[in-house]
Amino acid sequence: MSSIGTGYDLSVTTFSPDGRVFQIEYAAKAVDNSGTVVGIKCKDGIVMGVEKLIASKMMLPGSNRRIHSVHHHAGMAVAGLAADGRQIVARAKSEARSYESVYGDAVPVKELSERVASYVHLCTLYWWLRPFGCGVILGGYDKDGPQLYMIEPSGISYRYFGAAIGKGKQAAKTEIEKLKLSEMTCKEGVIEVAKIIYKLHDEAKDKAFELEMSWICEESKREHQKVPDDLLEEAKTAAKTALEEMDAD
Amino acid sequence: MDLNLDAPHSMGTTIIGVTYNGGVVLGADSRTSTGMYVANRASDKITQLTDNVYVCRSGSAADSQVVSDYVRYFLHQHTIQLGQPATVKVSANLIRMLAYNNKNMLQTGLIVGGWDKYEGGKIYGIPLGGTVVEQPFAIEGSGSSYLYGFFDLAWKENMTKEEAEQLVVKAVSLAIARDGASGGVVRTVIINSEGVTRNFYPGDKLQLWHEELEPQNSLLDILNAAGPEPMAM
Repeated sequence: MSSIGTGYDLSVTTFSPDGRVFQIEYAAKAVDNSGTVVGIKCKDGIVMGVEKLIASKMMLPGSNRRIHSVHHHAGMAVAGLAADGRQIVARAKSEARSYESVYGDAVPVKELSERVASYVHLCTLYWWLRPFGCGVILGGYDKDGPQLYMIEPSGISYRYFGAAIGKGKQAAKTEIEKLKLSEMTCKEGVIEVAKIIYKLHDEAKDKAFELEMSWICEESKREHQKVPDDLLEEAKTAAKTALEEMDAD
Repeated sequence: MDLNLDAPHSMGTTIIGVTYNGGVVLGADSRTSTGMYVANRASDKITQLTDNVYVCRSGSAADSQVVSDYVRYFLHQHTIQLGQPATVKVSANLIRMLAYNNKNMLQTGLIVGGWDKYEGGKIYGIPLGGTVVEQPFAIEGSGSSYLYGFFDLAWKENMTKEEAEQLVVKAVSLAIARDGASGGVVRTVIINSEGVTRNFYPGDKLQLWHEELEPQNSLLDILNAAGPEPMAM
């Protein structure tokens, strides 16, 4: 489906004759090469999970975090170029801090996602900057309840019930659509997200992976935090069992 | 007697903000003085910041006007950005930001009051240095000195709208009776989920307190009137 943009794809400030900016599309490809990131909005909060592909057996488990807290009530899961992701997270943290110091109240998630999207978009406007090679899923819990946003390298940001980016995003989206999110609690959501990530992990192409999950819900006192270890283990076990049942068919 | 007509306009003032069950009532007197001359005897010290948030101004008239103008502008932009009405908390914090950062140059005490869908009716007092204090009721201005004991006695939680407004009018009128820098009329603004109501109570229709005389049209009427019977009980 990708066309060769010969001549029109050298700079982010060049449109192609059919109205596309190829550099932004190539940036999106960088995101598609990364491990899958999934986010869902349950009835009492947000759950986010990352399929963290392990590059080397020498890496310490738990290192190379892909999910970051932006403020006590919001967190971000990053897919794509890790260094680019670090910049976006740093910017989001700084925006959240500055909003609170001026307005005296925690930044609404909608406002935060607009500011982050503006920043990502900014880097698609100048020839001397390259677009960010990463997509971000932003989950937060504010006065208007739990909200989930996704920001793409083009600077687009939409609000979602369920979102996925990375290698297995198509398969993940299909699985998410099967879930009844409005009736699910976050505790159940954690299990479901684990099942989805285990399901779409391709054993043949990528070897080992580590499951990283976070949530913001009533149980976590509306604060963004890592899913507690015991629940995470429960989720992993349930996911592996579900896989085996599938393979047994 | 030196009137000092060149003194900066100051609102001696009594301003009050009170929460009730469902919203807030803001009240103020209407005297703006320049030294001993009353520059405006019917001023409006309760200024709109947004549809749902108002501020009572005291202290230097110029300082308080400029601060409210800036904050109205910031809040307008904030409302557009957010896509919904600003909260009372944010309004109070923007005022505080200006009051604190310019504390060396400003001399104004403000009371921010309003209603938003998250917290309901809220009152924030912002005295001279730029502190923000969320309170169930707040009093400021030179006339407020005479009201501390009164509120200690008269304040109750969860009043009705009518009780709250009566309390405010009574309090402002008591302060006007004792504070030379407060006077004129009593203005009130009631803010709740249904909207904003402005009320006006002319000074000569207020209840008379201890040692206050009936308002007269002419001094001659007082002089020619028969004195009270000394032993009549």
